[in-house]
Amino acid sequence: MTALADYNFAYLDEQTKRMIRRAILKAIAIPGYQVPFASREMPMPYGWGTGGVQVTAAILGPHDVLKVIDQGADDTTNAVSIRAFFQKVADVAVTTKTSEATIIQTRHRIPEETLGENQVLVYQVPIPEPLRFLEPRETETRQMHALEEYGLMHVKLYEDIARHGRIATTYAYPVKVAGRYVMDPSPTPKFDNPKMNQSAALQLFGAGREKRIYAVPPYTDVVSLDFEDHPFEVQTFEKPCALCGARHVYLDEVVLDDKGGRMFVCSDTDYCETRREEGQRGEMLADMKEAAE
Amino acid sequence: MVATATLIPGFADPVFDAQSSFRAAMDALSRPGTIQQIGCPLTPPKGLSAASAALMLTLCDYDTPVYLSAALAQGAVPGWLGFHAGAKVTSDKSNSAFAFFDKSSPLPAFSQFSQGTQDYPDRSTTIVLEVASLEGGARLSLSGPGIKGANEISPVGLPATFLDQWRANRALFPRGIDLILTCGNRLIGLPRTVNIKALEV
Ligand SMILES: [Zn+2]
Repeated sequence: MTALADYNFAYLDEQTKRMIRRAILKAIAIPGYQVPFASREMPMPYGWGTGGVQVTAAILGPHDVLKVIDQGADDTTNAVSIRAFFQKVADVAVTTKTSEATIIQTRHRIPEETLGENQVLVYQVPIPEPLRFLEPRETETRQMHALEEYGLMHVKLYEDIARHGRIATTYAYPVKVAGRYVMDPSPTPKFDNPKMNQSAALQLFGAGREKRIYAVPPYTDVVSLDFEDHPFEVQTFEKPCALCGARHVYLDEVVLDDKGGRMFVCSDTDYCETRREEGQRGEMLADMKEAAE
Repeated sequence: MVATATLIPGFADPVFDAQSSFRAAMDALSRPGTIQQIGCPLTPPKGLSAASAALMLTLCDYDTPVYLSAALAQGAVPGWLGFHAGAKVTSDKSNSAFAFFDKSSPLPAFSQFSQGTQDYPDRSTTIVLEVASLEGGARLSLSGPGIKGANEISPVGLPATFLDQWRANRALFPRGIDLILTCGNRLIGLPRTVNIKALEV
């Protein structure tokens, strides 16, 4: 980390921030459109969210409170590293509490707690182009977006139904933003797609390696692509969270022992902890309480 | 000319003043119709509102050709902009990344500015227009992305053809110009997505 000895506030130089800021304003004005930007080398490898880090660095100020999550957790290596990076280069206040954060940088998840108007959600995006798997050539996908030619995308989703009896895509499920651009919310689970729709918070997306920034303004329609006979559906979980008893939240499977014991718990660790602090108890904690008594 | 212009200071704290001014611009464009405020003190060169001046220092540089209204182009602004932002002034509207207008100069048709291309709609001009007031004029209703239901503004000093011009601009989506109205140290953002209609008096 000695390379960081002489850095500007939030690491990026002012010219780079201006360039990224201009791209962010265009992204807001053209919801779902991928604005090209001159992505910079960051002191962390690609795949560690350098696009999201650059967006956060360009908007961050001394009065912000930053939360960083990977999956739904604040304590994974990636989240801890990015949080430590901004504490070092921007001396910014950090939190794990969703409600206290003004900027939330995420990979994979959207917090369960409904976001407010004073919050910005910054996504780390590996592959921003929703049409890339259909068409590898950038010139072609750009043309498809320009002409609003999304027929192939629909065909592919429909083939998915024909083959699997349902749409098998569970992550990076494509959405249409403000009735115009098809956008990749990657790599969030499609469970979170409905949270993007008409959110009170501004949503910004940064793809470092692919050099793209895009946005969903607050209170904007975000519709998951689907078909009349096969409407969009999110995953449902059979049981509530084993720790806090929450229903209708995204759960992760946790293996308990080598005899096949397992439980399902909230992927959003802050949400789960907050509920337990409020006295909510799931099956597993109820069992432990009984055992202790 | 340049020597006197350089005497007018820019941001007192270039890093944090640009950051807070950017957040005002980001909030303005992501929540059209809300009135945002530049939080740092700034003495603009003659003819420019403090908010327009802050946006210049925050967003313009060597990479962004800047078009200036006739009145602004003749005053201290070009020298100030060059000294503090390193930005080049262009007389070609259709090649400008930003265009700044004082409140007295006539606003040319939006179609004379860069509207981007269908492939690259981001390659368009952002127009920053100073108006006599952001409130107290004829009521306009706004709807579109960034707005919960509808929002209302009542700026004073928009050209008579504004609503027709805006309708044509809106119809070009995803192409089109984005507009920021300023007065004093306050601003309103009108991205190309916003629908604007006059409310009956
Ligand atoms: Zn839980």
